[in-house]
Amino acid sequence: MVTLFGVFLLTLLVITAIGIVRAQHLFVAVMLTGIFSLQMAAVFFILDAADVALTEAAVGAGVATVLLLGALALTEDREKPAKRRAWIPIVVVSVTTLMVIYATFDQPRLGDAEAPVHQHVAPWYLEETPRLIDIPNVVTAILASFRGYDTLGELFVIFTAGIGVLFLLANPSERGTLTLSQSAEATGLRHHLVPRVVGRLIVPFILLFGLYVQFHGDYGPGGGFQAGALISAGFILYALVEGETMALRALSFRLLGGMIAGGALLFVAVGIAGIVLGGNFLDYSVLAADPVAGQHLGIMLVEVAVGITVTGVLLTIFHSFAAREQRS
Amino acid sequence: MELVLDFASWVLLLTGGAFVFIGGIGALRMPDFYTRMHAASLTDTLGTILVLLGIILQAGVSLAAVKLAAIMVFLLLTCPTAAYALANAARLARLAPERRVRDE
Amino acid sequence: MYLAASVAILVTMALALARALLGPTVYDRVLAVNMFGTKTVLLLSVIAFLYGRPDFLDLALAYALINFIGVLAVLKFVQDYALRHQEPGEES
Repeated sequence: MVTLFGVFLLTLLVITAIGIVRAQHLFVAVMLTGIFSLQMAAVFFILDAADVALTEAAVGAGVATVLLLGALALTEDREKPAKRRAWIPIVVVSVTTLMVIYATFDQPRLGDAEAPVHQHVAPWYLEETPRLIDIPNVVTAILASFRGYDTLGELFVIFTAGIGVLFLLANPSERGTLTLSQSAEATGLRHHLVPRVVGRLIVPFILLFGLYVQFHGDYGPGGGFQAGALISAGFILYALVEGETMALRALSFRLLGGMIAGGALLFVAVGIAGIVLGGNFLDYSVLAADPVAGQHLGIMLVEVAVGITVTGVLLTIFHSFAAREQRS
Repeated sequence: MELVLDFASWVLLLTGGAFVFIGGIGALRMPDFYTRMHAASLTDTLGTILVLLGIILQAGVSLAAVKLAAIMVFLLLTCPTAAYALANAARLARLAPERRVRDE
Repeated sequence: MYLAASVAILVTMALALARALLGPTVYDRVLAVNMFGTKTVLLLSVIAFLYGRPDFLDLALAYALINFIGVLAVLKFVQDYALRHQEPGEES
């Protein structure tokens, strides 16, 4: 029965994707992309991947839509019309699609216990996590401890993205800070009473929920990435409702830069602490007297580091778009 | 007691689902943006309350019930506000409501 | 009973998608996205109970909080657009 739901949602996904590609007005494409992310989150949820669904919902449907709208405010509204039909790309894409479809004939069925992906490390992780790390959420255990290197790499990718946006969009002035655009842009929705009141009411709860997701990641779906997205969504809501000036007074660019670097630094520091205390890089067992307690401490610190950097990067990108001078 | 709760849940979930479906049809078939807004936002909020109440009755006294109550409170706060914000945005951009002259 | 509710919600999601693809003005599409968002929250709650995993309700709560932000972003965007262009906002 639930498979039927999944197939139905996937069909809607294809229809949405066709709609996005065919849309000429970019605003429409952005709205349809929001719906696309929601459908993906629902599909992930139906496939029982709760952490991924939470991240997709928080980042894709919430923050990404706002970022795309911010970018849209700086560019043209419509797609440039294609000058001529592009035959070579059509042929290449069709051939590749047929090859991929042919390749899926050999794929094992969904949930097959004999599939190769369930044979090698997955049973080992499932068996050893209660003994070595002792937290209920195996996804967090794998992400933060067993595959800590990969998470370090992901964190640095996000870090690089933030730095890249700052390089491209920062508007250097004499004092080295971003110049804000005119007062109409900077006041946000202050003149609209109802959204302003409700927005201000909800911001503390979003921040609190973000903190809950951050620290509850050991026990349920959650962790650093989702928490970072949620906390930055809270600050983005505040910036939308109260205006850029007030939002930048709350968390200035300097502080955001510190957060971006600080999170990455914290992660690496935990790794080096492992070496200093006698183990390997990113070996959490030596961080405390009892190896399991050390693992808990290491995972918590690492997830906090991820949360801080993700919050910093998302807010930096948002403010870089929103605080930019309006085009003439 | 179990039977009463189950029956109440059934009723609430079915009416909630029916309202949600009616809202969907309204959003599709109404002639003008403002009328579609009316259909979609009213049934959104009402359907949400009914469906979530139906599930809360099944959850009993537990953390899940508290989370569901929190979801209900937040949706109750934000659905009407979003409807207001959207209608306001349309009005700001001077989207005119459709006027039809009825010949008697 | 959860099944009936989820079928109704899924069908409404399809209808909202139709409105998003059809809607002549951009506001119709934003309306459709907002509706889709609320329906997703409901679907996640119902299916979390269908699966018997109430700890998945965190996702529904997260999304209920975030859904609001997209609509407010659109409101701000339109306000700035109207200020810049000073023209009626009928787009297709």
